[in-house]
Amino acid sequence: MWDFIWNDFLVTGEPLIYGAMASIVLVTVLIVFVLTYFKLWKWLWDEYLTTVDHKKIGIMYIIAALAMLFRGGVDALMMRTQLALPGMNFLNSVHYNEIFTTHGTTMILFMAMPFIIGLMNVVVPLQIGARDVAFPFLNALSFWTFFFGAMLFNISFVIGGSPSAGWTSYVPMAGPELSPEINQNYYLLALQLSGIGTLATGINFLVTILRMRAPGMTLMKMPIFTWSALITSIIIIFAFPILTIALALMTMDRIFGTHFFTLAGEGMPMMWANLFWLWGHPEVYIVILPAFGVFSEVISTFARKQLFGYKAMVYAMCVIAGLSFVVWVHHFFTMGAGAGVNSLFSITTMLIAVPTGIKIFNWLGTMYKGRIRFNVPMLWALAFIPNFTIGGVTGVMLGMAAADYQYHNTYFLIAHFHGVLIAGTLFGMFAGLTYWYPKMFGHKMNEKIGKVSFWLTVIGFNITFLPQYFLGLMGMPRRTYTIEPEWMPLNLLSTIGAFILAGGFVIFVYNIYFSARYEPREKTGDAWDGRSLEWATTTPVPHYNFATVPYVNSHEAYWDMKETGATTYDESKLEPIHMPNYKGMPIIMSAIMFVASFGLVWHWFWLAIPGLIGVIICMVIRSFDYDEGYHVPIEEIKRTEEQARGRKE
Amino acid sequence: MSEHAELKTGPLEYRKEEGTLTILGFWIFLAAEVVLFSTLFATYAVLFGRYGDATPAPELFEMPIALAMTFLLLTSSFTCGIAIHMMRKESLKGLLIWLSITLALGLGFLGFEIYEFVHYVHEGASIQSSAFWSAFFTLTGTHGLHVTLGIAWCLLIIIQLVRVGLTPTTARKTFVIGLYWHFLDVVWIFIFTAVYLIGMVV
Amino acid sequence: MKNLVSWFKRLFMVPGLFALLLVASGCSGITVLDPKGPVARTQQELIIFSITLMSVIIIVVFVLFFYMIIRFRERPNWTDKDYDPHQHGNTTLEIIWTVIPFIIVAALSVPTVTSLYALEEPPEGSDQEPLVIHADTSNWKWYFSYPEQNIETVNYLHIPEDRPIEFKLSGADSMTALWIPALGGQKYNMAGMQNTLYLEAEEQGEFAGRNANYNGSGFAEHTFTVTSESEEDFNEWVSDIQNNAPELTKERFDQYLEPGLADEAEYSSTHLEYVDFGENDGRSYITDLYSGDLGEDVHLYGGEGGPWEEE
Repeated sequence: MWDFIWNDFLVTGEPLIYGAMASIVLVTVLIVFVLTYFKLWKWLWDEYLTTVDHKKIGIMYIIAALAMLFRGGVDALMMRTQLALPGMNFLNSVHYNEIFTTHGTTMILFMAMPFIIGLMNVVVPLQIGARDVAFPFLNALSFWTFFFGAMLFNISFVIGGSPSAGWTSYVPMAGPELSPEINQNYYLLALQLSGIGTLATGINFLVTILRMRAPGMTLMKMPIFTWSALITSIIIIFAFPILTIALALMTMDRIFGTHFFTLAGEGMPMMWANLFWLWGHPEVYIVILPAFGVFSEVISTFARKQLFGYKAMVYAMCVIAGLSFVVWVHHFFTMGAGAGVNSLFSITTMLIAVPTGIKIFNWLGTMYKGRIRFNVPMLWALAFIPNFTIGGVTGVMLGMAAADYQYHNTYFLIAHFHGVLIAGTLFGMFAGLTYWYPKMFGHKMNEKIGKVSFWLTVIGFNITFLPQYFLGLMGMPRRTYTIEPEWMPLNLLSTIGAFILAGGFVIFVYNIYFSARYEPREKTGDAWDGRSLEWATTTPVPHYNFATVPYVNSHEAYWDMKETGATTYDESKLEPIHMPNYKGMPIIMSAIMFVASFGLVWHWFWLAIPGLIGVIICMVIRSFDYDEGYHVPIEEIKRTEEQARGRKE
Repeated sequence: MSEHAELKTGPLEYRKEEGTLTILGFWIFLAAEVVLFSTLFATYAVLFGRYGDATPAPELFEMPIALAMTFLLLTSSFTCGIAIHMMRKESLKGLLIWLSITLALGLGFLGFEIYEFVHYVHEGASIQSSAFWSAFFTLTGTHGLHVTLGIAWCLLIIIQLVRVGLTPTTARKTFVIGLYWHFLDVVWIFIFTAVYLIGMVV
Repeated sequence: MKNLVSWFKRLFMVPGLFALLLVASGCSGITVLDPKGPVARTQQELIIFSITLMSVIIIVVFVLFFYMIIRFRERPNWTDKDYDPHQHGNTTLEIIWTVIPFIIVAALSVPTVTSLYALEEPPEGSDQEPLVIHADTSNWKWYFSYPEQNIETVNYLHIPEDRPIEFKLSGADSMTALWIPALGGQKYNMAGMQNTLYLEAEEQGEFAGRNANYNGSGFAEHTFTVTSESEEDFNEWVSDIQNNAPELTKERFDQYLEPGLADEAEYSSTHLEYVDFGENDGRSYITDLYSGDLGEDVHLYGGEGGPWEEE
C-alpha cells in the first residue's frame, strides 16, 4: 500500500516536483485560511460557486484562464531554460517531454479556450440585449466541467505523472503498447471532461444568439464580436464531437483493450492523426475568430469610426469557418498520401489567406479617416496587425506541401503557430480583457502599467519567436530536449525573449491588483465612448443586465442611441424581469465527474462506477427540478437603476 | 417585455419561452450527435475488414436478428409519433399508453442487441478481438447505450407526467424525448445498411 | 506627440536587431537554404520564391499600417477635415484586396503542385538507377538495409554521390520521420506500411540526419550521420562490410528492437530476412515479441546519450 503510494501514486525523485508539491500544499492552506479567517466561505458559495449569472461565470472563466496561462507559462520558461545552451542539465529528456506536453495542452485547451469562452460569456448577452444566456444552468455546468477537467489535468504532475506524448498524442506512441503507464489517461479524461463543457457552451451560445437578440437586431445588425461568437459556436458544435469520439476510442484502447489505434489486431494509427486534426484544425479557428471579433470592436471604437466592410468581415469569417474543416491534412503532408491529395490540401490551406487578408485590409480601412486613440486595448489590437501578418504569411509558406517537407516538425512550425496564437489569440484576449474590464469590474486597468506590460510582451514575443523561424531552417526539430552547439546563439536569444515576455505577463497581473486598489471608479457605464449595446447599461451591470431593451436599428446600436438620446431605462416600459435561481448542482455534479474520471485514469472501477452512478443520480434530480426562477419586481428595478444612474430619468 | 408571458394557443410545448429555447437547443444537440455518429461510421468504414486473427463478420452476422431489431425500433418510432399526436390532442391517457408501448418496443430492441452481443462473444468475436470488431461493437454499442439512456429518460418523463400532468413543461420534455427517439431510429437505419446489409454481402 | 517617436523607435528596433543578427550569422549556417542535392534545391527554390512574394505582402501591410496610425492619430492640432466617421466601406477597394490574394495563391499553387509531383519521382539529371535503401526505425535506432548489397548499418548511412537514393521508409513501433535537411525534406516511417522518399547528394561530405517526428524519451538521440562519397569509395565500403562484418542474426535484431539507444554497427546481412515492417504482417512483429515491455523510457541528461549496453 505505502509502496504503491510512494512509488506509483505520487511522483517522486524530482526536486522540482517536490517544490511544486510543497507550494501546492502551501497555497491551498493559505486559501483555506484566508477564506475561513475572513468568513468568506458562504459568500464564495452563494455568489460564485453556485452562480448561473453569465457575467460571473465569464469572470471565473477568465480567472481560471489566467491561472492556466501562468502554469503553461512556467512550463514554457522551464523549456526555454533547458534549451538556452547546449548540454544544459536542467530537465532530463523524460521530464522535458512531460513539460512540453502539458504546456501545449494547457495553453490551447485550458487557457485559450476558457479565455475566449469567458469573454463570450461576459459580452455576448450584453451585446445582444439579453438578460442571460439561453440555458444558464447548463452554462454553469459547462464552466465546472471545464474547471474540473483542468484540475484533473493539472494534478497529474504530482499524482501519477504527467502525460508525455505531446498535445497531439500520436499513436502508437501514446497507445497502450508503447505507453502502458497511466499518464496518458489524464490527457484523455481531462480533455473529455472539459470537452463536454465546451460542446454545451457551443449549443448554449448558438441558441442564445439565434433566439434572444434585442428587437430589431437582425443577424446583419449584430455587433461583430457576437458574429464571431456565433461562428465559433457553430465550429464547436461540428468539431468537438469528433474529439469526443477520438478520445473515447483511445481511452478504450488503453483501458478496455480495443484495437482502434494499436499495432496488434490490425489497428490503424494513422486514423488518430486524421481524427485529431479533423477536430484540431477547426479548434485553431475556434480560438482565433473571437479574437478577430475583439479586434474589430476595439479598432472601430478607438478609431472612432464604423467598422470598414462589416458585411465582408462577416462573410470572411464564414468562409474561414468552412475552410477550417477541409485543411486538416496539412498537419501531416509528410504521411505520404501522394501528390494529388497534398496538392488539394495545399490549395485549400493557402485559400484561407484570402478571407484573412480581406480582414486585415478591412481593419486598416477602419482606421482610414479615423481619429485614433492609443489606449491599451487599442495598442494590443494594433500590435496584432503586423505581428499576425508575419505569422500568417509563414502559415501560407507551411501550406506549400513541397516546402513543408522541410519545415514540418521543426522550429519553423513552432515559430509560426506561436506567431499566430500569441499575436492573434493572446493579444486578442488581452485587448478584450482590458477593453471590457471596466464593464466587468467597474474600473479601468491602469494605462501606464498597461503600456509597460504591453511593450514587454510585444518585444519579448518577437525576440522569442522570430529567431525560431531560422532555427527551424537550420534543422532544429521541435520537441528535442537538448540543442546542438551551432543552434546556441539564436536559442539563447529566444530564451531571453521568453523571460521578457513573462515579465510582461507578470506586470499585466500586477496591474489587476494595482487597478483594483487605485484606479478611479467608472461611473458612466460607457468607459470608452463605445458603439454597441454592452455600453448602454450601467456599470456595475445589474444582474438582470437591462431594465428595458431598446429597439435596434443598426450594428452600432448604442451609437444610434446616443444620437437619439434613447436609454435602457424607459420607465414607461418597465415589467417584472424573469431570472433563474442559483444552483449548487453544476459544481457538485462536475466534482462527481472529476472523481469518476480520476478513478478511470487509475483503472479503479470501484471508484469510477459509483462516480458514474452519482452523475446519473444528479441528472435524475435535475430532471425532477421544476424551479422556474423568480421575477425581479418593478420597484427593485427602479431602485437599482436610479441608484446607478444617480438621478431620476 | 412580453417574452416570458405564456401563450394561450399553439402547441403546448412551445407556449413558454423556455420551451422554444430548449427545443431549438435540442435540435442543435442532435446536429452534434450526427457528427458524433458520423465519426463512428467513418471509423467503422476505415477499419472494415481488419479482422486480424478473429472471425470475419459475414460468418457471424444473422439477418433475422438484425431484421427483428429493425422492425422493433421502426415500430417504436411510429408509436412514439402517435404518443406526440396524443399529446397534441391533450390526451394524457393516450400519451401515457403510447409512450409505454414505445418503451416496451425499445426494451425488446435492447434485448435482441444484448443477445446478439453475447452470441458474438461466445463465437469468439469480442470488442478486443481486432480493429474491425472494436469498431463494430463501439458503433452498435454507442447506439445501444443511447437507446438505454432513452428508455431510462422516458421512464422519468412518464413518472413526471403521472405526477404533474400535461403542462407546458412536461409537454416540452415529452416532445424532446420524442425527437431523441426518432433520431435514434434514423441512426439505426444507417447502422442496418452500413453494418448488417453491407457486412452480409462483402 | 513625443510618445510617438519613442513608440516608433521601439517598434523598429526589434526587426532591425533581428536583421543584424541574420547578416551576422550568414546564410551558410542555414542548412535548408544551402542545399546539397537536387531535392533540397527544389525545395529551397520554392522557399525563396515564397519568401519573396510574402515579403511583398508584409511590406504592403506594414506601409499601410504605419500610414494609418501616423496620419490618423489623435493629436493636439487635430482637425476633423480628414475625419469621416460614416465611411463604412469601398466596394472597389474590397474587390481589389480579394482578387490580389487569389492571384498570389494561384502563383504559389503552380510551383507547389509541380514540385509535389516531381518529388514523387527520382530526381532528374542522373542516368543511374536509384539505389534502394530500406530505412526502418524502432525506439530509438535507425536500421539501413541495402537489399542489393545485402548489408545493414545501424545509425549511420553511406551513399554514393550523384546517384538517386530510393528510401523505403517503415518502422517497428512509433511513427518517425527520416529527415536529412541538407539533402531534402522528410517523410514518415510507419509500422505496417511503406513510404518512398527520393533524395540525392551532389557533393561528398558528412550530413546530419535524424528522426524529426517526436517518439518519446530517446527522441533527441534518434539521429544518424550520412556520408556521401564517390562511387568507388562506396563500393569499397560495401565490400569491406560484406567481407568483415558479422551476420545480423534474428536474436541480435530482436534485441535491437527493445527500447533503448545503440552504437553504430554494421552487418553482412539484413533484417528483411526476418521481417518487413512495410508489410501489414510486420505491424505487430514487435508487440508479439515484447508485448508489455515496450514502455521503457531512457532518461537522457544534458545532451549525453547513454550508450546501448552490449550483451
